[in-house]
Amino acid sequence: MTREIMYRDALREAIDEEMAANPLVFIIGEGIAERGGSYKVTEGLLGKYGPKRVRDTPIAEAGMIGVGVGAAIAGARPIVEILYVDFAMLGMDMLVNQAAKFRLMTGGNGRVPFIMRTQGGTGGGVAAQHSQSLEAMFYHVPGLKVVIPSQPADAKGLLKYALRQQDPVIFLEHKHLYMTKGPVPEGELVIEFGKADIKRPGKDVTIIAWSNMVPRALEAAAKLAEEGIEAEVLDPRTLVPLDKEAILASVAKTNRVVIVQEAVRRGGVASDICSIIQEEAFYSLDAPVEIVAGLNIPVPFNLELEKASVPQVPDIIAAARRTLHLQPRALAAQ
Amino acid sequence: MARPILMPQVGQDLTEGKVVAIKVKVGDKVKKGDIVAEVESEKATFDVEAFETGTIIDIRYKVGDNATVLQPLMMVGDEGEVASAAVQAAAPPAAAAAPASPPVTHATMNAPATAAAVTSLHADAGSGRSSPLARRLAREAGLDIRQIPGSGPGGSVVMKDVEAFRQSAAATATVLNFAGAARAQPPGDDQVLKLFAEGSYDLVPHDGMRKTIARRLSESKQTIPHFYVSVDVTLDQLLALRERLNTQAPKDADGKPAWKISVNDFVIKAMAMALAKVPDANVSWTENAMVKHRHADIGVAVSIPGGLITPIVRKAETKGLAQISAEMKDYARRAKDRKLKPEEYSGGSAAISNMGMLNVKSFGAIVNPPHASILAVGSGEERAVVRAGQVVVVQQMTITLSTDHRCIDGALGAEFINAIKGYLEEPGLMLV
Repeated sequence: MTREIMYRDALREAIDEEMAANPLVFIIGEGIAERGGSYKVTEGLLGKYGPKRVRDTPIAEAGMIGVGVGAAIAGARPIVEILYVDFAMLGMDMLVNQAAKFRLMTGGNGRVPFIMRTQGGTGGGVAAQHSQSLEAMFYHVPGLKVVIPSQPADAKGLLKYALRQQDPVIFLEHKHLYMTKGPVPEGELVIEFGKADIKRPGKDVTIIAWSNMVPRALEAAAKLAEEGIEAEVLDPRTLVPLDKEAILASVAKTNRVVIVQEAVRRGGVASDICSIIQEEAFYSLDAPVEIVAGLNIPVPFNLELEKASVPQVPDIIAAARRTLHLQPRALAAQ
Repeated sequence: MARPILMPQVGQDLTEGKVVAIKVKVGDKVKKGDIVAEVESEKATFDVEAFETGTIIDIRYKVGDNATVLQPLMMVGDEGEVASAAVQAAAPPAAAAAPASPPVTHATMNAPATAAAVTSLHADAGSGRSSPLARRLAREAGLDIRQIPGSGPGGSVVMKDVEAFRQSAAATATVLNFAGAARAQPPGDDQVLKLFAEGSYDLVPHDGMRKTIARRLSESKQTIPHFYVSVDVTLDQLLALRERLNTQAPKDADGKPAWKISVNDFVIKAMAMALAKVPDANVSWTENAMVKHRHADIGVAVSIPGGLITPIVRKAETKGLAQISAEMKDYARRAKDRKLKPEEYSGGSAAISNMGMLNVKSFGAIVNPPHASILAVGSGEERAVVRAGQVVVVQQMTITLSTDHRCIDGALGAEFINAIKGYLEEPGLMLV
């Protein structure tokens, strides 16, 4: 049986099921216990598992992440919820210099089964310090796994998998996705890392997108279909590990690629995926790879400017048409 | 804001068209649907309409110029606006000024024009650029990428160009070329002109139709192995029947007869009936498969000032002589005005070139692909022939069938032309 449930409910199910199955799983964060979390992901968990396993923290991200990494090294399975990915920057030493390096520096004897759940992206005019898409920060650091689900079923299956594997995971949610609904099968659902998902099959152009860009890519694909262009929408679901084979297979089929990221263009994951494609699939390409990305600016507060700073559906459509040589390249994303 | 009115894309392989009339001047107000220019392409003229309301602020071409397709012909702006530097500068790669969609203009014959626009927005051969995929596909097919016309940005060769080139007969020629066969390169313009004394000639630039005729027929002769079969056709019965039919045509209130059937109408019908009788001759060549047509669509060459055009009588085997005759009269009239639509002269499986009225005995015509054959019709005349040992005088004409040997072999060609002859000599057979 499959139900339609919200992304936030799918996340809660994953945490709930894994907490019930494994007493080592606990969760800490700002307002997650009494209040049930700003996005209601942890609602009801305090009553079910008690204040030792569902714990509110002060506003002190460096400390929270440090507690989580240390607990993981000591053998627990912590989930640390950081309200905005922007604030995860306070914990970068623990993440980048400690959690990511520990396994290598202990010759593989020490493991860090730590999960940082957080959310990013634009939406609702929350300005430059609450709107960033910072996946590239973590993607850049060897030793961290980067998970970035776009749909409820992926969110549940990937979070459950994260809670069963042994390495530090940066689990990136999106503020716009919490209230979106999608089909999630009843019962056990575990999705391995490194398996991309084709959200819509097509043969003319591959649109690679993740997080909140997936619904936009799907909307663009539906519009492109009206003019007879069959776009394939590929969601990598995890950026580290990245399902390179699925990407290359799709490129071999469509010969054209658009990569969409909400994050700023400069130094982004899209650029890295693009470099992989040009290196390994150059002779499959019938057009330059198009990257549709956020502008290289802090996200503006004004709602209209915010909208203009990140990819919208018409930008994706225009890029897809450019790869099909239906639209001049000079007309870059408006 | 200034918006362009684009030169429409009105033919598949067309890269430019001639501006034959400009109906507005800078400062004129136009509204959506107004005809602002007339352009000529390949074999037809087209009206260019304004797609929105505004004031003409810039006209990029003058009458007689060749305009590149899908580039701005003129700019529409608000009253008092001048064409901005940015828009002006956009002229060569005019893409920058072109709207995303829809274009601000559309040709009156919108359906084919739009489709063509989608397939070759950037048609512009010879930039030497190509996509990595196109290079790989060309290499795998043993093709020289430099020989392939490009439709991608700036004329670069992309996947579909390689695919199209492989399908086209031109590929055959190139492959032969690689195999060592010499291919004659036509001499350059300068080489030709220096053979004549300066001042001893005038130069008349080619129009679109002349270029198309030159290109298509050169391609045909270079890539299609032609052979020819001729027969004499005795016309006495046909002429007598034609006389009777035309005399008996009912007349309308103005005394105008309902039909006036020509010998050519009989030839069209006879060729269509012969294709139905000899279906193996009703074919088109493609590299991978023989295209066997279910109906006989007959192209009929119509001579017009400055060239010729070949409108198609569809399913001619199903049509009566009066209908064929009426269609041909309509085609001929509109062909002279260059108002035929592309879909009216595209396709077909066989063609007729009739020079009977031009006092020729016989000639061999050039197959016009996708046709597999063309029938050249000479003048009817009184000839002395021997019947049962006696010399008698009959009306005869000589017809010559040119065929594409890749699809029609000699014996089949003979069977086909004799089927045509049979229907022409005994037109009553077309009834049974």
